[in-house]
Amino acid sequence: MAAPEAREQAGPPTGRTIELVLLAFAAVLVTGALVLVEANQEQTLTLDLLLIGVAYLALLVAAHIAVRWLAPYADPLILPAVALLNGLGLVMIYRLDLAKADRAVALGNDLPTLLWPRQVAWTGVGLVLFVAVLWIVRDHRKLAAYAYTAGFAGLVLLALPGVLPSSISEVNGAKIWLRLGIFSIQPGEFAKILLIIFFAAFLVQKRDLFSTAGRRFLGMELPRARDLAPLLVAWAFSVGVLVLERDLGTSLLFFGIILVLLYTATERVSWMLIGLAFFAAGGIVAYQLFGHVRTRVQIWLDPFADFDGAGFQIGQALFGLGTGGLGGTGLGAGRPELVPFAESDFMLSSLGEELGLIGLAAVMVIYLVLITRGLRSALAVRDSFGKLLATGLAFTLALQVFIVAGGASKLIPLTGLTLPFLSYGGSSLVANYALVALLLRISNAARAPLPRRPATPLPPIAEAGTELVERPS
Amino acid sequence: MNTPVRRIAIAVMAMILLLMANLTYVQVVKAGDYRTDQRNQRVLLAEYSRQRGQISAQGQVLARSVETDGQYPYQREYPNGPAFASVTGYYSLIYSAGGLERAANDVLNGSDDRLFTRRLSDLITGRDPSGGNVVTTIDPAVQQAAYDELSDSGYTGAVVALQPATGAILAMASTPSYDPGPLASQSATTQQDAWAEYTEASPPVLTNRAIQEVYPPGSTFKLIDVAAALESGRYTPDSQLTAASSITLADTATQLQNFNGNQCGTGQTASLRDALQRSCNTAFAELAQQLGEEALRNQAEAFGIGTEDIAIPMTVVPSTIGDIESTAALQQTSIGQRDVALTPMQNAMVVAAIANGGRLMAPYLISEVQGQDLEALDTTAPDQLGQAVSPGVAQTLTEMMVNNENSYQGAGKIRGVQIAAKTGTAEHGADPKSTPPHVWYVAFAPAENPQVAVAVLVESGGDRNNLAATGGAVAAPIGRAVIGAALRGSQ
Repeated sequence: MAAPEAREQAGPPTGRTIELVLLAFAAVLVTGALVLVEANQEQTLTLDLLLIGVAYLALLVAAHIAVRWLAPYADPLILPAVALLNGLGLVMIYRLDLAKADRAVALGNDLPTLLWPRQVAWTGVGLVLFVAVLWIVRDHRKLAAYAYTAGFAGLVLLALPGVLPSSISEVNGAKIWLRLGIFSIQPGEFAKILLIIFFAAFLVQKRDLFSTAGRRFLGMELPRARDLAPLLVAWAFSVGVLVLERDLGTSLLFFGIILVLLYTATERVSWMLIGLAFFAAGGIVAYQLFGHVRTRVQIWLDPFADFDGAGFQIGQALFGLGTGGLGGTGLGAGRPELVPFAESDFMLSSLGEELGLIGLAAVMVIYLVLITRGLRSALAVRDSFGKLLATGLAFTLALQVFIVAGGASKLIPLTGLTLPFLSYGGSSLVANYALVALLLRISNAARAPLPRRPATPLPPIAEAGTELVERPS
Repeated sequence: MNTPVRRIAIAVMAMILLLMANLTYVQVVKAGDYRTDQRNQRVLLAEYSRQRGQISAQGQVLARSVETDGQYPYQREYPNGPAFASVTGYYSLIYSAGGLERAANDVLNGSDDRLFTRRLSDLITGRDPSGGNVVTTIDPAVQQAAYDELSDSGYTGAVVALQPATGAILAMASTPSYDPGPLASQSATTQQDAWAEYTEASPPVLTNRAIQEVYPPGSTFKLIDVAAALESGRYTPDSQLTAASSITLADTATQLQNFNGNQCGTGQTASLRDALQRSCNTAFAELAQQLGEEALRNQAEAFGIGTEDIAIPMTVVPSTIGDIESTAALQQTSIGQRDVALTPMQNAMVVAAIANGGRLMAPYLISEVQGQDLEALDTTAPDQLGQAVSPGVAQTLTEMMVNNENSYQGAGKIRGVQIAAKTGTAEHGADPKSTPPHVWYVAFAPAENPQVAVAVLVESGGDRNNLAATGGAVAAPIGRAVIGAALRGSQ
């Protein structure tokens, strides 16, 4: 009896040691990348480099300790994947800063604002929110109780930049910002998480209604309108707002997430088909109605037709990717700064130019690990709300990667979005850290051992019935 | 709810695979197109940020990259650009490269295989990678003399000077020329302005007339007739040919006249030697008819005419003697007219082969490829293309060409140097009788021990109004000056 007793005391493996080893590996990779950049840019090892390295390491260690303390059974691959992506992003942003400074010096212009210190600061803010979410949300099921609050807050955040004056909400033609002094945030990034919480909770509540009550139509069972109304209203509102704010990428993202949640909750493919039909119709209407949508489609079909105008960004991005080829030019040895928005919307082409197809494949595999680990938590967690929430959060990352990477490489029309954790951008980074904290919380619930049931007390011996035993012959 | 989640996981993998497939298409299949697209500055920017090798001639720098404080770390320079532009070519961020800059680009930018070990050691020692150097066979004094002679007179034309024994190109001039400097400017506007000026110039300046243009060779082609006649063994310099001032071309009513309608000497017949010296068209028309097309064509091919893959390393446009569909056409061909068209380089190869005892050498411009620290990595070995004529015929031809030169008038005779030569005056254009002829002078010297062979071409006699221009009057003085410059250097 001694051995099983010892096993029970140790509990199932937490995976925290694996996480620590993988985090150390990520740190080594990122440090190597930084040294390569310095070598190729012929910089001497500067204090900046030390600063990035130390800040990055400190943040990693802090995150690891927080997970150990607050979610000890959480999936051990998620945090290292995030750390590696975030680290690579920092290296690339630092590298682009160097290139822009060089160019400014050569042309005799003023030095540009450095972006890497900001991104390090945002990483810090992101990790603070990460720890806060883990600390406050001890049980993800409690979130369901705040579903309508979250949904309302999400819609308000989403619509806020649209109703505020352009002076504090518009940057580069997109009215999706809140500019508060030196800080600029995109409330939409946070609205995304809040709305996923709302939709997951709502769908779990009404789940039975979708599959039972309703009329049959074309072989599909449609739910009653009043059951579906709040969902459709919220959906239409959010997509409508984003279309009006000219944020095509985010509206596409929302549309996809809600569709996937609906499908997961109802287990009916018909919802996907209806959704895609709506999407096609909406796409055609948008193409007819909005000039900027038509422009996007034309650039997608032939970016080189108007290379010096609308096709310039994507054309430069394709040149960068093509020049990188299979093996890339090497970190710090390419010209990613030739692409506009190289550190945000076109982070993919910056990485593709210097790391090549091989490097991009590695980055895609890291994303795949992160996303499938999130979906795995959805499979393993025992409550329906947790399943839906984890699916929604993980799929958000997947769809966002697809939309951004597909846009920058001319697979689909270009819509402005950022690569999660890699691209420069405070709101995206901070919101995604909160998203990952929720995923870790759910995976912790999925992997933690079940609380031991109190043993049912045996009936006292006095109440036991008697037995007739055959008399031995 | 697990089934949909599993399906979503599969969908996510499919999405990532789709992305990877598309990235593979962009970064592997289309990569070459994108990398070399003219609007993609990356490759040239990379080349501007490392030191491109230099092009030199006998220690004189023709093209080099120097460090600057400008937008890019290095700037290409062409000291004395226009005189050497036909050799160096140009190197431009926007308009790519031409001439040797293009043909030897792999060496100059450091990607040539011969520089591989150098690149490897640069990588290990952390030295800035830089290109290899190209040393040309050009003799700067000869090149300068050739360029000055042409351009000082305002001629449109070309001069090629070869070393007969090796095929080394001592000079390759083309006028009017251009300055490659502005095309290498770091300012796009300067480049664009220069490019517009050069491409719109008339006559064109970016064309290297020595190797990119073909011209009717006129009477200089008679050297090939004589070579074919002597090689046949049926003729000697004393063989007699008609001296008529005019003959009717076979099976036609067309008259073929001698220059100015002159009789070829005083007698009824003229020797082959005299016919060549006086350049009698009627005698050569008769000779060609006797020799036949095949003999003439074979002799032309033996001198390299029609060879398509001559690269010095720039490609030399192939020369041709045309289809020759009739005896009349053969008669016209024999005097270097009709469809005969030679590059000045090819014509220089003809006289160089005669000077070299009949051995035709491949012309070449690069004598040595050097590493960054001027150590030799590769030296060009002379390459014999074939035996154009036997040594005995070459000797006889030389004697006849000496006889020619001694009868020619014109300025620039060099005291103490015996030149062997042939002039040419070729009609061309839609209205040949009222268009000034192209004039030629092909020669080598010293006749007894040839050190240099030259071909001089001046388009339209150098002057649109000079209908009476002749090879002897216009082209010969240039050739003699170039020979003088070459012999001064070799003595």
